[in-house]
Amino acid sequence: MTATAELPVKLDAVAAKPQSRFRKKLTSSRPAFFGGILVLFFVVVALLAPILPIADPIATDWLAVRKPPTSAHPFGTDEIGRDMLSRMIWGARASLLAGVISVAIAVLLGVPFGVLAGYCRGLTDNVISRFTEALLAVPFLILAIALAAFMGPSLRNVMIAIGLSAMPLFIRIARGQTMAVMTEDYIESARAIGIGHGAMVWRYILPNIFPPILIQATLTIATAIIAEASLSFLGLGQQPPAPSWGSMLNTAKNFLEQAPWMALYPGASIFLVVLGFNLLGDGLRDALDPREI
Amino acid sequence: MLAFLGRRFLIAIPTIILISIFVFGMQKLLPGDPVLAMAGEERDPEVIAFLREKYHLNDPITVQYFSWISNAFRGDLGISLRTNQPVLELIGQKLPVTIQLATMALVIALFIGIPAGVLSAYKKGTWVDWLANIIALSGLSIPNFWLGIMLILLVSVNLGWLPASGYRPLTEDFWLSIKTMLMPAFVLGTGLAASLMRHTRSAMLGVLRSDYVRTARAKGMSEGTVLVNHALRNAMVPIVTVTTLLFGELLAGAVLTEQIFTIPGFGKLVVDAVFNRDYAVVQGIVLCTGVAFIFMNILADATYRVLNPRMRDK
Repeated sequence: MTATAELPVKLDAVAAKPQSRFRKKLTSSRPAFFGGILVLFFVVVALLAPILPIADPIATDWLAVRKPPTSAHPFGTDEIGRDMLSRMIWGARASLLAGVISVAIAVLLGVPFGVLAGYCRGLTDNVISRFTEALLAVPFLILAIALAAFMGPSLRNVMIAIGLSAMPLFIRIARGQTMAVMTEDYIESARAIGIGHGAMVWRYILPNIFPPILIQATLTIATAIIAEASLSFLGLGQQPPAPSWGSMLNTAKNFLEQAPWMALYPGASIFLVVLGFNLLGDGLRDALDPREI
Repeated sequence: MLAFLGRRFLIAIPTIILISIFVFGMQKLLPGDPVLAMAGEERDPEVIAFLREKYHLNDPITVQYFSWISNAFRGDLGISLRTNQPVLELIGQKLPVTIQLATMALVIALFIGIPAGVLSAYKKGTWVDWLANIIALSGLSIPNFWLGIMLILLVSVNLGWLPASGYRPLTEDFWLSIKTMLMPAFVLGTGLAASLMRHTRSAMLGVLRSDYVRTARAKGMSEGTVLVNHALRNAMVPIVTVTTLLFGELLAGAVLTEQIFTIPGFGKLVVDAVFNRDYAVVQGIVLCTGVAFIFMNILADATYRVLNPRMRDK
């Protein structure tokens, strides 16, 4: 058998457009598909919260305190008679918002610093890298708790604290990826034709470092949702009476024997949405990994 | 090795200085005046002036930083507002409790994570691999404070097998101490076990494809010997390094685990300090964890060199 006879299979794979190859790999991955469905479900529920025919999440009903699930209250009621289903749905907004916004903060602050370090090298890289190492040395949750504590308890501050704590991760990834991209021939060619620094970063570096950042962002949303729930559980996040899954669990732990459903649903929701983002992140990683081509 | 350690310690110095600047700046840059929190609700101007003088808050910021860092290097991280105890003494009191919890959690994680990872890699592509991966991903996705609450409900409230909360020092009653810590350690160990399983699987997959494993099989060795003596032994190099680096996860996880099971450890100290606006304690904790993590990193690098002879010449 000649070498050319073996080639067509690989050539087909290479000849396919990267976007369609990526889409095909992502949609054919069952875990990623399942993760995507989970995430989509929670996003749709969170978006539709204001128009869904559900009870007011902060309206109390002293005649229906700690009622187990019934047709009137499918997820039961809490310690002051609030509808758990409604609080769960509104809580999804807080969790997803915290996950997405904190990661957006981390990406928007981290990527420019990372690209700057990887592009300029030398002193700039040294300063940024030492700064990143210092931030990475403090465990993520402890750093987020400390920042949230100094800024004061609120959902907004928790998002900033989580975003700042996750930022060094993106600096490191963007730096590493930029350094890898800088060795490519097309960068050399772009330099040779006299492209400026801004255009070089915008046109050649950012599009090429995007895939690993997207993967990391998806996985970090999962971490950020757990971090938000943890901080709200500790009382540093969403403040009562506004609903949040973490603060609902904090209350629920005091009524475990009388009302176990109060702890079951918020925790299960955190687990499912985080699982969804993790599955999606893993699927994206497999689909975007060039070694798999 | 000594030269390597010396070099690593030297490189660590600027990072430690940066952490200290960050920890110091955290209080200065962020909104909220700690003196107002210290002065109580009456906010007597004389008390405020006294506190500003006492804590050198009227000095320029650089003077304040150098005074704080030089005290920190001498082991003086300030005084806790709540207990009036030196911060370092407070951390020293709470740390053994967390070390016991973290050690038990690590043992549980190693006993679950490594065999599961080996099995998953060995049975790659089968239902065993699929199941192990699903369990690992679930372990990574489950919030440990929820797992703790659910286990209290099941194991303590419904079955009455283990105590729901509390702590007994090892020195007072060894078995009761282990029994009280078992559930919290399992909760803390779950996420680590999942992490370890994934790392072990990945390391084992690489090793199982190597020539020496093929040679060992060709020599007619039993699968058990090939797996344990040849594959796992080599795969252990990255696994040991990863385990050392899980220190940060253990400490962060302990914050919530100790809160749920009311264990008076380092994690609970963090939360109590946050709610009491005990800034000196919060700063001390962040500084100590940062420095400890750097030393754990150096330990991980050193272990890697000891376990992997090829690294020693580099």
